[in-house]
Amino acid sequence: MASLDTGDSGGHKKGPGVKKAKKLSTRVDMTPMVDLGFLLITFFIFTATMNEPTAMDLNMPKDTDKEDEQTKTKQSGALTVMLGKDNKVFYYEGELTNENASQIFQQTTFKGIRDEIIKKKNAVIAAYRTDPACEEKARKEGKKVSDCKQQDFFVVIKPTEDATYKNAVDILDEMTINDVKRYALMKISPTELDLVKASGGTSK
Amino acid sequence: MTPFVDIAFLILSFFIMATKFKPQDPVEITTPNSVSSEILPTDNAIMILITKDNQVMFSPLAEKDPGVFDQIIQGINTKRNLGLTPAEMANFRKTPAVGVPFTGLKQLLSLSPEDQKALKQPGIPVLDSATNELVWWINEAKSAFAQTSARTMKILIKGDGNSKFPTFDGVVSALKRNDELKYNLVTTPEDIPVNSELGKMKREAEASPAKK
Repeated sequence: MASLDTGDSGGHKKGPGVKKAKKLSTRVDMTPMVDLGFLLITFFIFTATMNEPTAMDLNMPKDTDKEDEQTKTKQSGALTVMLGKDNKVFYYEGELTNENASQIFQQTTFKGIRDEIIKKKNAVIAAYRTDPACEEKARKEGKKVSDCKQQDFFVVIKPTEDATYKNAVDILDEMTINDVKRYALMKISPTELDLVKASGGTSK
Repeated sequence: MTPFVDIAFLILSFFIMATKFKPQDPVEITTPNSVSSEILPTDNAIMILITKDNQVMFSPLAEKDPGVFDQIIQGINTKRNLGLTPAEMANFRKTPAVGVPFTGLKQLLSLSPEDQKALKQPGIPVLDSATNELVWWINEAKSAFAQTSARTMKILIKGDGNSKFPTFDGVVSALKRNDELKYNLVTTPEDIPVNSELGKMKREAEASPAKK
């Protein structure tokens, strides 16, 4: 406001002899706080568990002796995978007989089995002839009609006593990765076990 | 320096929010990897642990209904005639996991939870179908969960990748004998291989969300 200078009337006026109030700095030394902040960051980074464990579904079939309750599968679409020691994988397609064992029984690794699964699956899909009953059912249940193409494809997983739990999980995971709809965990038969043994797949 | 400090604290708050302290497992188990992305249930479940030395342990997960613990141990006590004292049975709530045959259960439950951790547990016998004691535990857990909670019990199997398959097979046969056919295997997440069938399916689902 426009005002006249009336000498010492205001009191705010700084004049000679009036001490200027010392303006305190609002800045605080932040270094210790920042130090602590970084300490906490490192602590939480180390303790953070980014990989939350997940759950993998496994459904087992009911053990049954009744003929009509058993799952039927065509031999032509079957792929049998056996798990041996030291991550060895053995497989054969179709039915194993004494005559053809030497030709169809083969060894591979966990890397190689994926190609075999894909190869067999494609072969089954190629041999597929339209099955109206299956497609009708799929449509009714809201499932994919294309799944009918692999309805004859069946993977039988037979771990030996020397296989690890990791092997079993890996092969089950392989089923998910390759979108195999029908697979089962089963006990290995003596004939198959002998073949695995002969190929050095067991410790006994 | 101010923006720098701001960012640092932002990161700090993120980690504080994202960190979840999980309860320590009774034994260290390295689970195998899988492409599954399903979230693990943490309540209303029983967990069966398989250590790397093929020992089987049993642990009910029922934070909301601690009564389940009492029911399980009471059932086991009467059916197997173990002669546990009420104090020992009450201790079962605090026991992280049981990994002893029935003959050693009294001794295990007489210890405090700290001493139990130090005790080397030999594992529940599962390999022989005649002495598969896990069958009893599952049976008791099943009836206990059925009485106290409305939801059905989930079965988690947390196995070490290096454990041998027969042990897992023994666990599964114990479950099968109780008519339990659906399990959740605990795994560590892994990336889906890009060129695989599943990878393609995922991408298609992402590209056309309207379809699904």
